[in-house]
Amino acid sequence: MNETIAAVSTAYGEGGIGIIRISGELSGEILDKLFRPYTGKTAHESRDRCKAPCDDEDLRPDKKLCFGHIADPVTEEMIDEVLAVFMHAPHTYTGEDVAEIQCHGSVVSLRKILSAVLGLGATAAPPGEFTKRAFLNGRIDLAQADAVIDVVQAKTDRGFESAVGQLSGSLSEQIRTIRSFLSDALAEMVVNLDYPDEDPDSDAQRIADASIRSALTEAKTLVKKLIESAQTGRMIRDGIRVVIAGKPNVGKSSLLNALLRESRAIVSEIPGTTRDSIEEYINVRGIPVRLTDTAGIRNAKDALEEQGVERSRAALDASDLVAFVVDGSVPLTGEDRQIAAEICGKPAVVLINKCDLPLRADTSVLVSLLQHAELISLSAVTGEGISDLEDYLVKSVYGGSIRQSESLLITNVRHLDALERTFAGIESAENMLHDGMALDFIEVTIREAYDGLGEITGDTVSDDILDKVFSRFCVGK
Amino acid sequence: MGTYDVIVVGAGHAGCEAALAAARMKKHTLLLTISPESIAMMPCNPSIGGTGKGQLVKEIDALGGEMGCNIDKTFIQFRMLNASKGPAVWSPRAQADKQRYHEEMKYTLERQENLDLKQGEVVDLMFEDVVSNNSLDGSCVRRIAGVLLKSGSVYRSNAVILATGTYLNGLVHVSDRAWSSGPSGMTPSIELAENLERAGIHLRRFKTGTPARVLAGSLDYSIMDEQKGDEPPLPFSYMNDTVGENKTSCWLTWTNEHAHEIVAANIEKTAPYGGYTTGVGPRYCLSIEDKVSRFPDRKRHQLFLEPEGLSTEEVYVQGMSTSLPEEIQERFYRSIEGLENAKISRYAYSIEYDCIDPLSLTGSLAYKGIAGLFFAGQINGSSGYEEAAAQGLVAGINAALHVDQKPPWSPDRSQSYIGVLVDDLVTKGTNEPYRIMTSRAEFRLVLRQDNADLRLTEIGYGFGLATAERYERFMKNKRETDAEILRLNETYVSAEEAAAFLAVLGAGSVSGRISLAELLRRPEVTHENLSVVDPARPAISKYAETQSEIEIKYEGYIAKQKKQIENFRKLENKRIPCDLDYTAIRGLRNESVQKLGDIRPDSVGQASRISGVSPADINVLLVYLTKLDYERKRA
Repeated sequence: MNETIAAVSTAYGEGGIGIIRISGELSGEILDKLFRPYTGKTAHESRDRCKAPCDDEDLRPDKKLCFGHIADPVTEEMIDEVLAVFMHAPHTYTGEDVAEIQCHGSVVSLRKILSAVLGLGATAAPPGEFTKRAFLNGRIDLAQADAVIDVVQAKTDRGFESAVGQLSGSLSEQIRTIRSFLSDALAEMVVNLDYPDEDPDSDAQRIADASIRSALTEAKTLVKKLIESAQTGRMIRDGIRVVIAGKPNVGKSSLLNALLRESRAIVSEIPGTTRDSIEEYINVRGIPVRLTDTAGIRNAKDALEEQGVERSRAALDASDLVAFVVDGSVPLTGEDRQIAAEICGKPAVVLINKCDLPLRADTSVLVSLLQHAELISLSAVTGEGISDLEDYLVKSVYGGSIRQSESLLITNVRHLDALERTFAGIESAENMLHDGMALDFIEVTIREAYDGLGEITGDTVSDDILDKVFSRFCVGK
Repeated sequence: MGTYDVIVVGAGHAGCEAALAAARMKKHTLLLTISPESIAMMPCNPSIGGTGKGQLVKEIDALGGEMGCNIDKTFIQFRMLNASKGPAVWSPRAQADKQRYHEEMKYTLERQENLDLKQGEVVDLMFEDVVSNNSLDGSCVRRIAGVLLKSGSVYRSNAVILATGTYLNGLVHVSDRAWSSGPSGMTPSIELAENLERAGIHLRRFKTGTPARVLAGSLDYSIMDEQKGDEPPLPFSYMNDTVGENKTSCWLTWTNEHAHEIVAANIEKTAPYGGYTTGVGPRYCLSIEDKVSRFPDRKRHQLFLEPEGLSTEEVYVQGMSTSLPEEIQERFYRSIEGLENAKISRYAYSIEYDCIDPLSLTGSLAYKGIAGLFFAGQINGSSGYEEAAAQGLVAGINAALHVDQKPPWSPDRSQSYIGVLVDDLVTKGTNEPYRIMTSRAEFRLVLRQDNADLRLTEIGYGFGLATAERYERFMKNKRETDAEILRLNETYVSAEEAAAFLAVLGAGSVSGRISLAELLRRPEVTHENLSVVDPARPAISKYAETQSEIEIKYEGYIAKQKKQIENFRKLENKRIPCDLDYTAIRGLRNESVQKLGDIRPDSVGQASRISGVSPADINVLLVYLTKLDYERKRA
């Protein structure tokens, strides 16, 4: 595993700058072989004088960012002008020697430099390998490593705060508290296994049962709280998923654009133009909102449209909230009612668009069809009422049925999975206890939950779990 | 006087198993004992088995050891403890006829091929320095060369097992009096203790105790609760399908406040409370003075009266060990209901003895630093006949492997209670006499008393320890069980028939046709009552019946546990080089460096069980090993 690894650490695609990161024993050597530092003040002056690897100590990019170019090791041809830095183990991200090359963000230049690096003995880093090494080298603990990806991927400030909280170990602390309740229950269970001749009129057994039960209840309550935080946690990290629904030509795309304040979706007067679901992130007062515009749910006339309708239905099913758009300037049609029936039972808000025109739609029909939905009048064209919609979105994350835990949010699927398994385990242990099942079986169930939680914090040591954690990272992290 | 492949010192429960194992593995073996009258002696309770211990006996038997066969021949009452709990903790226990138990074991030893049984007291060990096999720089290792007897005789051997029990520097306490003695008045072994210290083997003091023996004729059983044996008694040994009859009962009575007052008033006269002893005693096997002083709220403690045999009147007063002066003992025992006229034939005493720190042993019970020297039984800090026998078997097997220059065998804690016992001792160490308990085994759902043969007989057969006959029986049992499990899974009952059957049991309903296995998973259904809807079932052994029922009924839980074992094994399989320099590992805490360096675990799994070594330390160790591995591959 201690091979020298390299990868492009910035996002793929065109960008102003691209970074290639190299970690491992060979990274200094590789950088030396490729990097031609410029000696003069400008690139232009010195370019000709740098044909070979430089042996002037002052010019080596050792612990400082140096300007120069990357040369093809065989042809000496310049690949790109870059900034390069070499950092010594152990005070680097991975804890190993690390070299970074900042080049222009073109795919061609990144690919050429990377292949030159690989040609000199580095191997392509699998996803998460840099962070894995940071963990293996004792730079970060496992829960911290997990949080790293959330910091990197945090889409809003609120998401960032939560991720930073995990980095400092508050999740680990909470998990350890839950584990201590479970270990109390385990201890109570095993105690009475070994004393079969225990005084029959002693109430040791009853006391044990009661304390097992109460330890399980305590643990369950805490686990539940963390799981509940996951929904808010997911919204904060991934955004609340809002699907815009409505029959064609009621102004769904215009509404999306009004929210985005830029034109992405094709806006057209021809019904059914928006054939694909279009997804956009917007930032509503620190909360990411993932908006999905859908093709109208209607009886499709052609195959292409049919696909769009299918996708719309799938988006509806996965949404946190349906924004049902109707055209307020015309009477409601059967199609509107059909869509209302379709989304009935889902959290929904009804948006009565075109409030700049006289109201002609009978909204009482909608109120009776969608009893729990709020009605908001707005105009996608003038922007009137858009802020009411934003208020509503914020409220639906922090208020209402979606509660936020005070401090700690679960934002990681692996953590949530372990917590859900723990919850199910505790519940089935409680049922088994109630049914008078032998403690040896109950104990297996609780132990499983106990070990599962330990995987989050790294208290249950296993090799698998490392791979599981780090494979979630992108290449180059 | 002669040269042997293996020499075993001490013929208690550890020594007997060790000697038999080595001899059965075709090693020319010498078993030395101070007194042949004390071979396989039971100086404390007259029983074999119990929680955790019963599992050990089944495992010893499955590997080809003797304890199970010997108790089957000499038991006088059998009970399955914990029968009301789950199958994982069912624990067989038998009352033994002490005298017969000793005689049968002695007879077995005398007839064993390759085994010489001799009287003799070992007073010193002989060592030699030899050039190490795997050393390039010519460094020397100390190895065992033989033993010196009190008589001056010398026996040479390159494999010696010390199983000295409580004989080593034994000191008996009764109140403020103390005298050198082995158990039950046997000759102690004093000189050997001094010479072990001289050889650099550090010794420490543990203590245990035994209650008085009273004569049956002087007891009033009529006012006690009779505890009969289970019918039919079940064999310990997989070699026996059935065993004889229960021949006796035990009786249950209680102490009372008056009895407790006698103890409390005289507590300063006992050895530990009067400050006359320094040895560390077991917490789980409390003397009556400990019970009275630690649980002042308890108005009474129960005790069993256990007959010691059929040819003796002596009865063991379970749970009532003490080191009170003899006259106070008289008053105390006679204050117990039913014991008012008790005639005491032997008074209670406590005994202090030398033992080693088991952390100085490897998982094969070999002493680190002296090649060919093994330790087994109470000298390793354990307590109990079964714990001793299990270690004896492990040491015997490993001494034989050592002679053949084969790799040692460390029993795996996910495979047996023997593994749990040995791993606990050599990894965690112990600060009091160690007793096995079912709670010490994390995988007890798989380590059941009913399936020890499935877990271990193949291994025992591989060592040449389990006989071909035993292996055949095991294979037959396994085949029969597998076939029955398959049949139960593939035989279906119609919905109507199943519904009628379940209605009678009050066990719910069915929605369609259902397999016999599915029915068996319902709590109310047993293999036995399932016969109502399974009239065509083949006749199978009791073994296959029990085994298939447990495996099907608890399939889900057993599968979960097996998954846990798989995870456990991953770290067990990460080996640590025996010469690893822990001080070179950056990031390890000092405490861990110290402990890991002292104990030198074989695997990362073992390292993770050392107390004081944290998961973070284990992560650091894993990294280091991965690096080491990588560097080695590159080199």
